[in-house]
Amino acid sequence: MGAPPDISAAAAFMERRHRWRPAEALPWLAAVAAFFLFPDYTAFGTQVLIMILFALSLDLIMGYAGIVTLGHAAYFGAGAYAAGMLSAHLGWGEPLTGLMIAGLTAAAVGFVSGVVLLRYHGLTLLMLTLATAIMLQELANVQEEITGGFDGLLGISIDPIFGLFENDLWGRTYYWYALIVLFALFLIARRIVYSPFGQSLSGIRENVGRMHAIGSPVHRRLVTVYTISAGMAGIAGGLFAQSNAFVTLDVLSFARSGAVLIMLILGGTGRLYGAFVGATVYMVLEDELAKLSPEFWEFGIGLLLVLTVLFARRGLLGLIEDLGARFGKAKP
Amino acid sequence: MTAPLLEVRGLTKSFGALDVARGIDFRLGTGDRHALIGPNGAGKTTFVNLITGVLRPSAGQVLLQGEDVTALDQAARTRRGIVRTFQINQLFAGLTVLENVYMAVAERRGAANDLWRPAGAHREVTGEALDLLEKLRLQDDALKPVHELPYGRQRLVEIAIALGSRPKILLLDEPAAGVPSAESHIILDMIEDLSDEIAVLIIEHDMDVVFRFARQITVLVSGAVLTGGAPEDVAADPRVRDVYLGEARHG
Repeated sequence: MGAPPDISAAAAFMERRHRWRPAEALPWLAAVAAFFLFPDYTAFGTQVLIMILFALSLDLIMGYAGIVTLGHAAYFGAGAYAAGMLSAHLGWGEPLTGLMIAGLTAAAVGFVSGVVLLRYHGLTLLMLTLATAIMLQELANVQEEITGGFDGLLGISIDPIFGLFENDLWGRTYYWYALIVLFALFLIARRIVYSPFGQSLSGIRENVGRMHAIGSPVHRRLVTVYTISAGMAGIAGGLFAQSNAFVTLDVLSFARSGAVLIMLILGGTGRLYGAFVGATVYMVLEDELAKLSPEFWEFGIGLLLVLTVLFARRGLLGLIEDLGARFGKAKP
Repeated sequence: MTAPLLEVRGLTKSFGALDVARGIDFRLGTGDRHALIGPNGAGKTTFVNLITGVLRPSAGQVLLQGEDVTALDQAARTRRGIVRTFQINQLFAGLTVLENVYMAVAERRGAANDLWRPAGAHREVTGEALDLLEKLRLQDDALKPVHELPYGRQRLVEIAIALGSRPKILLLDEPAAGVPSAESHIILDMIEDLSDEIAVLIIEHDMDVVFRFARQITVLVSGAVLTGGAPEDVAADPRVRDVYLGEARHG
């Protein structure tokens, strides 16, 4: 006798949960299409891709594990300075190893700070994340012989990718470079999210008390995902340093930590693709609104954020999903 | 003589001048069905919190099969088989019923450390979770978000999660509390059907449930054991009656 249909349906659901859905091709097709449709905007597009990666790293800890942070720029900045200083001081211009070192440096910073920070929660944790980023920024400011301090880190020179692809004036090469790096890291993030480990992160977000009660090593899980997230943010920072050939204290700023948080909330947390929607909408709006009114673009972003948190609690992506569901139902 | 499954020696907990547990001695053996009763504020949930490691005692010891686990945290004690349910549901509200139970099974089997293979590829975990749901007649709700279930069925999920940790000792903190009587029998039947390999300690206010279920009773008053023994002896004890009729003036 086979299992009753409801049981096999549930088992089948678990087995299919992680499969790719057709709609998941959309952001990647859009990224490729954008390259050809907006040839004058590839440098800007590269920065969007970098911020998507940064927001994606935040989604792992905030959207999945429920860690709210106001200091995620600490790891973006650590990666940016690692990649920048590698070239500026050691003459190491090979981009891929540079990115790896950026990621490892940020992951190390993430691990050390995470071991301490993640013993706390709520407001204490929020303040500690903020303080971590401020302290790192101040450290970079004071150590101006190696970081360039307030004036920024100059003299970054990056070799052609694989020794073949030189970056051009419009940053076309770097667009593809950033897109491929984003895709590779997205694949990793996606695997993590659908794994039992990823499931346990959702458990920590939903009810940390019960996680302790079912025997979960909560602190170890959080430190693990925090380290991975920091490493990813560091690679985003490394891409930023390489593509701009310039690093300033701004990479560690509170404004950057805040911006990535807003991007993720705009797009929708805990759904991977929220980072894509949020970062793109935020940066395009920032760019367009700044052209319209250089002084008031933040007002526009602020208004959008207010509308999102009031009327689309699951972010713009959640809104799209809801509309899609309604539309799908209306049209059988 | 082999050590008892669970032994508690002189367990004491004070919050400042307030003693919420005073020198409690307690034993639980394999297959035991034990009820912990006492008036409100007697320290019953505190006692469960001390056994499970949510609270650290001010003095005293908790021994599991002779091994001192007093210094271990809650998660480590769960992994050793001391598992509880909560008086107020502690569920993963946004997740499905299946995912709720999957979580506990995955932790126990060590699958939850895997951050690469898809959760669904761990068929042994899904299978065990579904078996538990079937046992508690929750299979039809497997894919529903747990917060959409009626309260009585949520109480069953609460127990299913605990069973997913495969307890040696199961501490049930008012398992039927808040459940309409039309549904509470499902929970009580289920508790009666629990394997004899599990020792069960139940906190309960409903005396019908206590006398139906328990083979031993401990009465806790003001953080201390007033008396204990077989149900009929406890029921006949005038001190117990006093406590329940509110004639005694404890704390």
